[in-house]
Amino acid sequence: MKAMITKNSRWVNFGFQIAALLLALLFTTLILVAAGAPPLEAYKNIIIGSVGSFKKFSDVLVSWVPLLLVSAGLLVTFAAGLWNIGVEGQITLGAIGTTWALRELQDTSLPPSLIIFLAIIAGMAGGALWAMLAGALKTFGGVNEIFGGLGLNFVATALTIYLIFGPWKRPGVASMSGTVPFDAALHLSLIPGLRLSPWALVIAIVAIVFVFFLLQGTYFGLRLKAVGKNLRAAYLLGVPTWQYIMLSFLICGALAGVAGAMQVTAVYYRLIPAISSGYGYLGLMVAMLVNYQAIWAAPVALFFAALNIGSIQLPIVLKLDSSLSGVLQGMLVLFVLIVEGIRQRLSKRS
Amino acid sequence: MDSTMIIIGLAGVFAAAAPVIFAVMGETISERAGVINLSMNGTILLSAMGGFAVSVRTESLPLGFLAGMLIGAAVALIVAFSSITLKQSQVAVGFVLALVCRDLSYFLGNPFMGLAGPRLPAWSIAGLSEIPVIGTLFFRHDLMTYLSFVVIFLSWLWIFRTHPGLMLQGIGERPAAAFVRGANVNLMRYVYTVLGGAIIGLAGPTYSLSVKAGWKGTISGLDGIGWIALAITIFGGWNPLRAAFGAYLFALLQWLGLVLQPSLPNIPSQVLQVAPFPLMILTLLLVNIGDAEWVERTLASLPEPTRRFLARAFRAMRASPPAALGTPFETQ
Amino acid sequence: MKVELRAIHKYFGNNHANNDITLTIPSGTIQGILGENGAGKSTLMKILSGFIHADAGEILLDDKPVTISSPADAIRHGIGMLHQDPLDFPSMSVLDNFMLGHPEGLFPNRSVVTREFKNLAQRLEFSIDPDSYVDSLTVGERQQLEILRLLWLGARVLILDEPTTGISASQKEKLFLTLINKLAVQGMTIIFVSHKLEDVEILSDSIAVFRQGKVVGEAKRPFNTDQLVEMMFGKNISPGPRQAMSQEKSVLCLDGVSIEDVRLRIQNVNLEIRAGEVIGLAGLEGSGQGAFLRACSGLMRPVAGHVKLDDRDLTGKSYHVFKRHGVEFLPAARLEEGLVPGLTLAEHFLLAEKQNGVFIDRERGRNLAEERIKSFNIKGRPVSPIESLSGGNQQRALLSLLRDPLSLVLIEHPTRGLDIESVIYIWGKLKERCKQGAAIVFISSDLEEILQYSDRVLVFFSGKLSQPLDASKTTVEQLGQLIGGKGWAS
Repeated sequence: MKAMITKNSRWVNFGFQIAALLLALLFTTLILVAAGAPPLEAYKNIIIGSVGSFKKFSDVLVSWVPLLLVSAGLLVTFAAGLWNIGVEGQITLGAIGTTWALRELQDTSLPPSLIIFLAIIAGMAGGALWAMLAGALKTFGGVNEIFGGLGLNFVATALTIYLIFGPWKRPGVASMSGTVPFDAALHLSLIPGLRLSPWALVIAIVAIVFVFFLLQGTYFGLRLKAVGKNLRAAYLLGVPTWQYIMLSFLICGALAGVAGAMQVTAVYYRLIPAISSGYGYLGLMVAMLVNYQAIWAAPVALFFAALNIGSIQLPIVLKLDSSLSGVLQGMLVLFVLIVEGIRQRLSKRS
Repeated sequence: MDSTMIIIGLAGVFAAAAPVIFAVMGETISERAGVINLSMNGTILLSAMGGFAVSVRTESLPLGFLAGMLIGAAVALIVAFSSITLKQSQVAVGFVLALVCRDLSYFLGNPFMGLAGPRLPAWSIAGLSEIPVIGTLFFRHDLMTYLSFVVIFLSWLWIFRTHPGLMLQGIGERPAAAFVRGANVNLMRYVYTVLGGAIIGLAGPTYSLSVKAGWKGTISGLDGIGWIALAITIFGGWNPLRAAFGAYLFALLQWLGLVLQPSLPNIPSQVLQVAPFPLMILTLLLVNIGDAEWVERTLASLPEPTRRFLARAFRAMRASPPAALGTPFETQ
Repeated sequence: MKVELRAIHKYFGNNHANNDITLTIPSGTIQGILGENGAGKSTLMKILSGFIHADAGEILLDDKPVTISSPADAIRHGIGMLHQDPLDFPSMSVLDNFMLGHPEGLFPNRSVVTREFKNLAQRLEFSIDPDSYVDSLTVGERQQLEILRLLWLGARVLILDEPTTGISASQKEKLFLTLINKLAVQGMTIIFVSHKLEDVEILSDSIAVFRQGKVVGEAKRPFNTDQLVEMMFGKNISPGPRQAMSQEKSVLCLDGVSIEDVRLRIQNVNLEIRAGEVIGLAGLEGSGQGAFLRACSGLMRPVAGHVKLDDRDLTGKSYHVFKRHGVEFLPAARLEEGLVPGLTLAEHFLLAEKQNGVFIDRERGRNLAEERIKSFNIKGRPVSPIESLSGGNQQRALLSLLRDPLSLVLIEHPTRGLDIESVIYIWGKLKERCKQGAAIVFISSDLEEILQYSDRVLVFFSGKLSQPLDASKTTVEQLGQLIGGKGWAS
């Protein structure tokens, strides 16, 4: 068994991945049965709800954009060996930065496209700064980025709510539905009839391509990987380690900030309390599932986005909660982890 | 606001904090053994839903709480198995479970939304509840609140006053030394993680069958409690008494937020809710600050006696977390 | 309790760590175990104390064969081990450390235990406050605590592993008095494992010398130091032909440098290293060579004095600054500290070389790798992941990462665990560097290697540095004595 595992590694590894997928599907099916729902109907509805029509698929792409941006950014922090749980807050700060810029500039005489562009830059800055805060806590304060990031996530949410109910509240009564929506001129233009913005799509694809080349093709990426795999050796080989860690936070935060900017300028057109919509945590799962390899990030993120959009059908058609998509997504990652652990254990038996 | 209302309000703080107490105590025990159970947020939601569902179906409160405990133990078992036996990252598994269990709770709990279920009845302790002030504060609660007091006491007693508890401290601090003294480190880690998980599993039903009765899905307000409990555990420095203090402080701040709301209309209650997190970050900062490279460099350039003094001070502050938290243990 | 070991064998892969060990230790005596690092002493002690299991052989206690399956089992049989770094719990109190693991029921009776602790401590004349915390104790006091604990648990055999490393002279004296007057006298069998000749000679009734996994000799009082040294290190091998030492410019100058580590302090070092020369650092592990080497590279900051490179004062600067001025450090733990598992050989070269531009030139990396593979005779391909190379090839790879030109190369254990062919090859490469003007400072536990390749030798013992010795005029015996702690002017 051990010989088989180590010799034909590529095919055997693939086999293990398939096993994880099947186990996840099996478990999800069991859950459906336990809930008294017909599994095949549920899956059929998810598929119809995501790729059944052009309009539906464009909604998938709308959801794909922030997820892809965040996953791309997380690949950079994972390359550096970091658990950037704070990415959720970095999206939020990006949205806050964008909203602030739009509010400041909306009454000036600058052309709208310039305002939007500057607002996206402000979003990048917001996310990057929030990420570097987590990075500084880690580098200079020794605070593990998991707990620092978690704490900052909650602070970011509190900040959002404070702004929505305080300085940026709607005239009259402050409401959970967010700030005053921005003028239509400041919306990122959409394809007529759909909710998808071609600009957002382009930005997301550019981001993942950028990250792919950054990690695979540049010295920066190689050094970053060295930092992630062996900090001590990287330092001895001459890599300025803490600077690289801070840089990886900056890049991830910037990309997460852009995701937040997209949420404001292309989806909600205002700041709402749950602006980050869980894309941060979902992005972490995408990155874990693709084993931190950029080449698979786009398709897996698309698959996850499709699951999310498709499962919106479930409450409507089958009276089921749409969280089923989250169950399947999480189960996939969990079983991949477990199967990997079993595989390692089997190959160690000597 | 007169004094009676304040006392009643404070009593309410104890009751409202009970679920958080369970979560924090369970996590403290698990982390003392060296295993982080990051799934808390999901476990609480899933055990809340599960406990409620079982309770509604069987019309039995005890079975509901039992179901919650079993759910908590099962999730913790997955964490333990993945990290101790399969040697995968505790953070990865716990984090994924947090998300999965949350979504599971929403999905499976859908049919139970808005249903009326059994509620834990109040149970004043005869005689003691008549004592002025103290009686209202401590003896006019329900079973689970009393149990939360007991769990704090038992956790503290076990860890600090018994032999097995001493060994528990040892396992988390330096597994190699515990092993030399006869501990089966990995077995103990399994036991304490699952036990901790079972106690965490009491938190959910305490919400859905008592404090915030019923199951309301995504608007239940329970999402996020687990992360807050994690922050309080760290603030508590892995000491049940200090962690309990943190939990009560948090509940107190929440209550104050409600009470003071009319006088401070601009600051919504959510702002106070994040208080545990800056506290947690501050705790971690203080604990780790002695290790940072720039600190070591500055120390090296200081005059001898100052350097010795500061180095010792930093080493003393480091004492808090179980030193072997998160690291796997292997014998030769 | 009488301890007898019969024909103990232990293998770690191909390494025959314990080869047919047979030893008898009478009750109430102090048995010294002498030998270099890697000679097999620690392995045997781990077997005796239950940490690992022998592959063959028997252990008899009071003439009865026993199986010791775990450390807890060992203490039940009466065998207690005091580790070099005592396995205690720093953040917990002395009393808690004392009690932990005692099989006594659910609730500890603190007052009873405190009383027993104080009685025991008084009997041995130790003064430790039971309520203080272990991380505030000195190493000597932690040892005392552990001895008390083992006694309390009923140990009748006490194994002490390198106990005198890192404790003060007065604490050592106290320890010795305790061992001789209080413990051995009461029938306790003591096994004292050390590389320090003088200590072992003072304490032991009988000494067993280990080398390369075997017991190469036993000695009884009175001891002949030369004979012991010869048994420990092997016969003298006349050093091979060497190049004349160049009288070139100074590369590194240490001026009044003091270094402080967790365990030891090196005071007031004055040294000048010249271009093209090779300096060997001898001494048993933990004597200070490691700290010294790190201080020369900027990895450790001296607490006093100046480190000058080519007349530039670089005291207190980081390793990367030293690197920019032509200094490189190669660690002993190849895979843990020197190389990056998960990256290929070619990627390592890309990392180490000066980079031109932003994008990786993979072709250049491959060419560079192939070139170095040839010139260093590395058995691997550019695309081989570094962890798939054998130890010897990893070391060659590590060396091949050194840039050109360099003024100072600092290496920890350049040929540890390598076959003789690799050793000669690697030293050939290093000597080439010397011809180009680089100075080399290396640590090694192989005395023959030290004498063969160094121009000058510095010996370390407990944080003390010897005067630089001319390698061509020093014998293995002389080195051995210094390493064991003898022959130092106090």
